[in-house]
Amino acid sequence: MNMKKFIQTSINNERVEFICEPRDSLLSILRENLRLTGTKEGCNNGNCGACNVIIDGVLVNSCLVLAVEVEGKKIETIEGLAGKDDLHPIQNAFLEEAALQCGICTPGFIIATKNLLDINPNPTEQEIRKSLAGNLCRCTGYDKIVRAVIDVAKISNNKGDE
Amino acid sequence: MQNFDYIRVKSKDELSELLDKQNKEIKLLSGGTDLIPQLREGKKDIEIIVDVKNINEMNELSFDNTLGLYIGAAVSCLNICQDVKVKTMYPGLIDAISLIGGVQIQGRASVGGNLCNSSPAADSIPALIVHKSICIIESKDGIREVPVEQFCTGPGKNVLNKNEFLAGIRVPKVDPEFGAAYLRFIPRNEMDIAVVGVGASVEIKEGHITTARLALGAVDATPRYFDDVFEPLLGMAINDENLDRILDDIGQSISTRINPITDMRGSAEQRKHLSKVLTKRTLLKAIERASNQQEVN
Repeated sequence: MNMKKFIQTSINNERVEFICEPRDSLLSILRENLRLTGTKEGCNNGNCGACNVIIDGVLVNSCLVLAVEVEGKKIETIEGLAGKDDLHPIQNAFLEEAALQCGICTPGFIIATKNLLDINPNPTEQEIRKSLAGNLCRCTGYDKIVRAVIDVAKISNNKGDE
Repeated sequence: MQNFDYIRVKSKDELSELLDKQNKEIKLLSGGTDLIPQLREGKKDIEIIVDVKNINEMNELSFDNTLGLYIGAAVSCLNICQDVKVKTMYPGLIDAISLIGGVQIQGRASVGGNLCNSSPAADSIPALIVHKSICIIESKDGIREVPVEQFCTGPGKNVLNKNEFLAGIRVPKVDPEFGAAYLRFIPRNEMDIAVVGVGASVEIKEGHITTARLALGAVDATPRYFDDVFEPLLGMAINDENLDRILDDIGQSISTRINPITDMRGSAEQRKHLSKVLTKRTLLKAIERASNQQEVN
């Protein structure tokens, strides 16, 4: 019982292997074993969204996923967004709008935004607010975050029109 | 988090076999959005977690013209809410299922899990009850069917025996005369647990109400189904000037027949008041949907 498990998965398009106990959350393995500390621990019970990652195209709270469950899956974390020299457009928009203060919630918001725009590239403000309802920020009051998402959607759509 | 072993099963036979042989404390993992926090808080003494998400039939979401909708126990809320057929034919179910958590929870949480967690405040349960839904329960001994209103037996408790599992939920086909709705009260607009949740369904033939069902969540130890308060509604024309008063009376009667608790989300008194108000509103919405549906046809 409680045998350690060997898991093979893909994180940000790289093949990753790790050993975990069944009780380890994906969040704790990302942060403590794989040193991918961009994904944050907020509430650790699925309420705050700070630990958001995308698994096989589905946005999840990594604190509510057991690491053993991700065998053979494709995981996207905040570390996969920026290019070698450039930030991701969502990251730029958050900077431009000053959509962060302490920054703990920011990776979760950015991943949740990426998930939203992957599915719906042209969301209304209401759709943005509803989509980000599972992410909590205790500093910004949300308006700047929503503005950043509106900005990045506009930029991406304009590029698409050109 | 407490220690436990993890087993991934690939078929219902494998699962039945495992549940039949094991003497250990087992919990099935589908979305885990309730189970994992419970394990972390040490609320459950579990030795083995069995992951059922990789069983094909448990992920089945299908519609049959005779049998209606089948929701495999591991189908995520997200998959249900994105299904065009469910969206058009079962808006009253979507009302409830789309309310379970934010995007991050929707992608993992399952309706089967919502049922098996058996919270008195579960959003999907009143909606399933008013759709006359049936739990399909399987074990090595065979299959049995239990109406959703009989599934929960207490907070966190249900009719499943140790060797049984919920394979799926069957929601009967709805006629154009049918309309259903689910409304809940929460202190914020998103991401919260119901203070009170109400599901209602009606059938309307030639402008007259012929059947009605009502179920409430978070007002008692289990979700409550009321099958007998609709006598004053039956046969009533939907434009009858007395409809408003009769819906008020039904709400009033419901509020005296529930046993809500006082907790961090609301007082018993507030829950009684909400039950009255939401009963009326939800029935009106169900009536409106049934009438609109007929105009479309």
